[in-house]
Amino acid sequence: MSKLSVSHLLGIKYLTPSDIELIFETASHFKEVINRPIKKVPSLRDVTIANLFFENSTRTKLSFELAQKRLSADVINFSASNSSVKKGESLIDTVNNILSMKVDMVVMRHPNPGASMFLSKHVNASIVNAGDGAHEHPTQALLDCFSIQERLGDVSGKKVLIVGDVLHSRVALSNIFALKKLGAEVKVCGPLTLMPKHIETLGVTVETKLKKALAWADVANVLRVQFERMRKSYFPSNREYAMQYGISKEVLRDIDKEILIMHPGPINRGVEISSDVADSENAIILDQVENGVAVRMATLYLLASKL
Amino acid sequence: MSNRLLLDTIEVNIILNRLACQLCETHKDFSNSVLIGVQPRGAVLAKRLLSILANEHKLTEISNGFLDITFFRDDFRRTEKVLSASENLMDVSVEGKNIVLIDDVLYTGRSIRAALTAIDSYGRPSEIQLLTLIDRRFSRHLPIQPDYLGRQVDAIADEKVLVHWKEEHGEDAVYILNQSDE
Repeated sequence: MSKLSVSHLLGIKYLTPSDIELIFETASHFKEVINRPIKKVPSLRDVTIANLFFENSTRTKLSFELAQKRLSADVINFSASNSSVKKGESLIDTVNNILSMKVDMVVMRHPNPGASMFLSKHVNASIVNAGDGAHEHPTQALLDCFSIQERLGDVSGKKVLIVGDVLHSRVALSNIFALKKLGAEVKVCGPLTLMPKHIETLGVTVETKLKKALAWADVANVLRVQFERMRKSYFPSNREYAMQYGISKEVLRDIDKEILIMHPGPINRGVEISSDVADSENAIILDQVENGVAVRMATLYLLASKL
Repeated sequence: MSNRLLLDTIEVNIILNRLACQLCETHKDFSNSVLIGVQPRGAVLAKRLLSILANEHKLTEISNGFLDITFFRDDFRRTEKVLSASENLMDVSVEGKNIVLIDDVLYTGRSIRAALTAIDSYGRPSEIQLLTLIDRRFSRHLPIQPDYLGRQVDAIADEKVLVHWKEEHGEDAVYILNQSDE
């Protein structure tokens, strides 16, 4: 197997376990590349990639852009806040106009779930989903699983806990798909107001007591509380959330077990995770960011070979 | 498909020993030299030469590396299959060194061009030489020639040169494979 089964990366749902393993294997080679004195390779030098961000992003956008530049692709950037989208242009029109400038791949973040799937059916370019609403964020899940594999040797058989705002989280959904495909056990933990209905049908178990869930886990992936997506109140106060579901040194001390702490960023320090945990040895938050570039390089490389 | 034996085990080993001697002649004690095998198949040849240099010539501390050139190739998206990488083991400094690139078969020269570009990522060597076991002359696309050479062959485009190694295939031998009379 040296080829992906898909020609777009729309979500983890559409990947096979061997696709994920191929991406990981390629990513480990790229991780070596980005740690060289000269970090650039010419692989994608005849490929043009447009980054379309209809929603704010720092890490993902920079990470994608860096991955593209490390592969020598030509990159154009677009963000909705200062574009003709403000003048009422539709998504297909915007993208087709960009594609007329001879662009081969599109990396898109969009606030609406399914936007990248929709686009893949209507335009002639390889689409990479960089987050679509509360649906999927495939590259984040890939880099999370890659980081777990790097630290723990294997994802299969590991017990992974996803804590926090599961309801609004595309990271949670993509992670659940990826972890299940790679054979991990997954538990989700958070207030029931932030738990999607019928989440058990994805093959995960729900736990509302944080300490009990942490005692079970090998890895805790802590989600950000997405205040910007909350149109009503899901919990009484930040302070109460932090007391019930915040990961702090005290909680971890009571567990008396080494747990790998992950967070997709950006961190709300003092809400879902305390500073002393976020900066501790067991937190691999910055390793995740480094692996993000390698995983995105691998994804773009493998998709570009199908152009 | 027919296999024609080009070199048998004895001939391959005579050639390897000769190449090792030629390397010694130029590089003396190898104090400023680095042998770099091009992954995957050049690495086997490089390991073989290193073991001959260690056993027969008592040169046990030669710097060496194994270079993966996948991401530097110029045929990405032009071949049917996706290029997949091998392990890259370059724990050596190439800055100011005399490099010997080692590969099994020199054909179009494109792999070596990719290797030359890849080496740039690690520094500026003082000199780069090329060692190949087989040189398929008259089939070069680029102005690249070996400095140390096992055997020259005039294989035509339909033919393929197959190098077998004891470590991987159970025997040391070089075959010419004719793909046209299938």
